[in-house]
Amino acid sequence: MLTKRLIACFDVIDGRVTKAQQFQDNIDVAPAEELAAHLYDDQIDEIVFYDITASAQRRKIDLDTVRAVARHVFVPFTVGGGIRSLDDMFEVLKAGAEKISVDSMAVRNPEIIREGAGAFGRQCVVLSTQVKHMGVRPGLPSGYEVFIDGAREATGLDALDWVRRGEELGAGELVVNSIDRDGTASGYDLEITSAVAESVNVPVIASGGAGTVEHIAAGLTGGGASAAIISSILYSPRFDRNVGVRELKDALVARGVPMRPYLAPDGNPEGN
Amino acid sequence: MIDVVDYRAGNSPSVIYAFEKLGLPCRLVSKPEEVLASERLILPGVGAARATLDSLTESGLVEPLTQRVRYDGIPFLGICIGLQVLFDRSEEDDTEGLGWIPGAVRRFPDTDRVPQIGWNEVRFTRSHPLRNGIPDAGHFYFVNSYYADPGDTAVVLGRTEYGPEFCSVVAADNVVATQFHAEKSGPLGLRILTNFARWEP
Repeated sequence: MLTKRLIACFDVIDGRVTKAQQFQDNIDVAPAEELAAHLYDDQIDEIVFYDITASAQRRKIDLDTVRAVARHVFVPFTVGGGIRSLDDMFEVLKAGAEKISVDSMAVRNPEIIREGAGAFGRQCVVLSTQVKHMGVRPGLPSGYEVFIDGAREATGLDALDWVRRGEELGAGELVVNSIDRDGTASGYDLEITSAVAESVNVPVIASGGAGTVEHIAAGLTGGGASAAIISSILYSPRFDRNVGVRELKDALVARGVPMRPYLAPDGNPEGN
Repeated sequence: MIDVVDYRAGNSPSVIYAFEKLGLPCRLVSKPEEVLASERLILPGVGAARATLDSLTESGLVEPLTQRVRYDGIPFLGICIGLQVLFDRSEEDDTEGLGWIPGAVRRFPDTDRVPQIGWNEVRFTRSHPLRNGIPDAGHFYFVNSYYADPGDTAVVLGRTEYGPEFCSVVAADNVVATQFHAEKSGPLGLRILTNFARWEP
């Protein structure tokens, strides 16, 4: 049986992981390389790395940090930020990623999704979407609008229309990133997450707002998500108490969510 | 020395990083003469079937690979798309494969989400040096929309369920291949790579 995934999200600025609230006020956490090695040892299922200022600064992604992280991470590693062309995707793959996340650039040039899927397979292209609840209005039937450039710019696109188009163009996975919930520890936006999960047939990843095990479990069950992006709960300095991967997984399994079994130091599943 | 085939649609650096972590000698190879001189080959992949085969063909690598693996019998490990291209044909863009192993590559039915992405269980069907120290059932990381359907079940070393039960590990003489990403499957995946490095078929 396919298990659900816990994905640690790195919002990287100058080689260091930072933590924002509603896409603002980033505070420093740790060097990306160091945190990646720690989380790999802690048996995180996956890591996603966003070079969060690349797109707004119109510059290329920080490949040196991508490489440094990839050397420590023997679980899947997705990289995004500033991806504009097939050549950019190629460089990121050659730096050690196996999935590429596109976001603002895909809104500006949706063909990048089709090109990436054609060249590297659709499973390689993750479409990440920043969504904000704006209320239903003409042209916005879901009530959720797509934003770009670190949640700074509204696009007028309806969230559900956009993710359906992204799937048609070849995105193999969809991240639903709630701007309203980002860094607030108030839980994923289950309404839009489940609406996206029902609208597409590719895996959907819940993002933005996980503060407790209950939030993660809700995203992975009622929210219909295949994976949960977490960051604050693992390492935000704004949290009184951070929780390790193992404790999260044990608590999720106890709530009936299928997870990859934790391995004992000898490499065998514990209890065997 | 383990030679990792480097081609445009591949994720060869991840495989190199894994062997560096394991302290095992490895290098990237991309030229026909390098493949012809190789003693142990890995064909990794994240790509689409046609892009992968086109890239191998354009680089002039198909014949050297066939020579060393099929005729000279050196140890070979295919990963993900490196497993799928071993078969006769893939439904992905109706692509003709290398045809080293009889069978077809089919798309998952849309009853589950496609692609399959995540950690799924591999149940091994028999003992084999590739799975030394690996439990009978362990979780490995998959990213695939297509799966191999071998003509002869004797080549099946591991099975996984995603809608249909499919062949997730292949072993036929000097050729082994995993549908999952061994280089991205944590400690169990690294153990598979170590086993391959030591394997003398």
